[in-house]
Amino acid sequence: MSGPGTGGGGSVLALDGDGLDAAVRSALRTGEERPPRPGAFAMCLIFCQRALFKIRRDPQQVFDAVLFPVMVTLVFTFLFGGAIAGSTDLYLQFLLPGVVVLTVVMISMNTGVALNVAVSSGIDDRFRSMPIWRPAMLVGELLSDVVRYLMASVVAVLLGLLLGFRPHGGLLGVVAALAMVQVFAFSLAWVWTALGLVVDKPQTIMTLSGIGVFPLLFASNIFVSTHSMPGWLQAVINVNPVTRTVTAVRGLMAGDPTAWHITTAFVADAVLIAIFGPLTVYLYNRER
Amino acid sequence: MAPASDLAIETSGLVKTFGETRAVDGVDLAVRPGTVQGFLGPNGAGKTTTIRVLATLLHPDSGTARVCGHDVVREAAAVRSKVSLTGQFASVDEDLSGSDNLFVLARLLGYKPPQARARATELLSAFGLEEQADVLVKNFSGGLRRRLDVAASLVVRPDVLFLDEPTTGLDPVSRSRVWAVVRAIVDTGTTVVLTTQYLEEADQLADRIAVIDRGRIIADGTSDELKASVGSNALRVRLRDPAQRGIAVRVLERELGPDGEITADTSRRGHSPGVQPPGPPGGRTAAGPSDAGHDGTNNGGREGGPHNGDPAALSMRVTDGGDGKGVERATRALAELTREGVALADFTFERPSLDEVFLALTGHHAETRGKAGRKGRAADPQGGRDGS
Repeated sequence: MSGPGTGGGGSVLALDGDGLDAAVRSALRTGEERPPRPGAFAMCLIFCQRALFKIRRDPQQVFDAVLFPVMVTLVFTFLFGGAIAGSTDLYLQFLLPGVVVLTVVMISMNTGVALNVAVSSGIDDRFRSMPIWRPAMLVGELLSDVVRYLMASVVAVLLGLLLGFRPHGGLLGVVAALAMVQVFAFSLAWVWTALGLVVDKPQTIMTLSGIGVFPLLFASNIFVSTHSMPGWLQAVINVNPVTRTVTAVRGLMAGDPTAWHITTAFVADAVLIAIFGPLTVYLYNRER
Repeated sequence: MAPASDLAIETSGLVKTFGETRAVDGVDLAVRPGTVQGFLGPNGAGKTTTIRVLATLLHPDSGTARVCGHDVVREAAAVRSKVSLTGQFASVDEDLSGSDNLFVLARLLGYKPPQARARATELLSAFGLEEQADVLVKNFSGGLRRRLDVAASLVVRPDVLFLDEPTTGLDPVSRSRVWAVVRAIVDTGTTVVLTTQYLEEADQLADRIAVIDRGRIIADGTSDELKASVGSNALRVRLRDPAQRGIAVRVLERELGPDGEITADTSRRGHSPGVQPPGPPGGRTAAGPSDAGHDGTNNGGREGGPHNGDPAALSMRVTDGGDGKGVERATRALAELTREGVALADFTFERPSLDEVFLALTGHHAETRGKAGRKGRAADPQGGRDGS
């Protein structure tokens, strides 16, 4: 910045416009009104709406979100499908529910980046000095991401249907499965938000979550069934929250859901939130 | 419990450290409601950290701070419902339009959607931002962004408004608009706490100015008191015709001489006695804003030393004397010059710079410390300690 004392001369001081002044005064009088504050959940929704304003302004990020599942579905079905399952059509029936989960996992990583950017900008200081429920910003951001998860997963399912995916669970099964996927993505996103609050640069989050996300995705049953794997690996894969969700989603879409699979998937979600939710809020509330 | 206080802000022995750095080091403040308290100091002096403590963003390590009678640590929620913060780096959302920014804040403060939109529109027009309603903030100019930033703090009129360097980096016109707005805000009863690096800004706006250096308040008083402790202003004139230098010097000595302290520099290039080329302590302000070469006649001074070679430029000290009469004396001197037929190409009247204030108050120059008070998270290219 320029050195001190550069305010050269008093010649411009006469510009205080009376019109501007009167309008500001009038606006300040309106500001005397103090409506009752919204509740905590209403605040979350306001923050969610704020995030959606941004998506509306920048549809590019939705396009990115949708492109990924298309690519993965095509590549895995036609390149590897025949080799893995004997026919691309058979493999598609197995793969597609997994692709939906894979897609939201990849998209959820952006949440950490977005949060990292959000908390290092001046607007965050404003929010934190306002009388608002502090986690509302976090929850709102995560809720708005559900919109992106939903769009991407619907695109993945539609593409699957086009290529020959036939879910025996019917519409109800698919809708229930998609709902399950949204809950999972919302839960998993808390991991990235916590990461987004400890790391200093957005690029670092991409690197770190990239490293973390690959074992999570590949040590799961997204691409292949676990039957051919050694027992210890099966054990590891079975506790992976991704596996829990994929199994439940597969069941729902295929029309043979089991209570055990669905329950364990929700337990995995609850564990994620129970650990990373409070951690994120703690990290957010701490002095920065 | 401490007795309810009538003060808008009251701190006692406030300390905030970041590692080894004592960013705020025992600050005592008492700000009366409806006044403007200025914080004047260089980067890293502790201004921003103090404001962040008062706005409940940082916890003090020791000492107490009460805002509107509420303790900033124990009653943070109560404090937050009374204050607004306009941070040093625009506290508005880059990726939202002007209108959406205000809409979201109005919603958070309890307005229903239609009323929130109406409030946004009202504020935009009050601040001359109608045309920016649907423009993303990242496409705003600095001045417009600052105005939106201030408007965003006024969705609900706060009892205390914190403005952290509201005009740093703004052009003079934008700056004067921000000043006009601040005056209007104070008139409605809001207490304003303002940090600045510009003495002139503090002078224009603040009822009391606290000069802050290395986390400590080294002077606190009205602007007149402060200026009296510092001393002099400088009147600089540029003549159309260097040949009139003799007359000009005579007039200026006559008008400003007795109590105006014309500092002399007769030796350097043998110019007339009594009038010296610019040279405040530190030698930094040099020729001032006027540009040599305006009239093409005075390029001759280039071959010698810097500015003392310009026969058309004159500069003299005008002591203020604490009565504000320095400006009047300077005005009279200028009028006299005109009356005597001296044609001026340009003139400036300069207040003592922040550096001069510092020199007068501390005996050392204003210096920038590491930006400990900033967010450590954001990559900060100037993060190093370049002080002392």
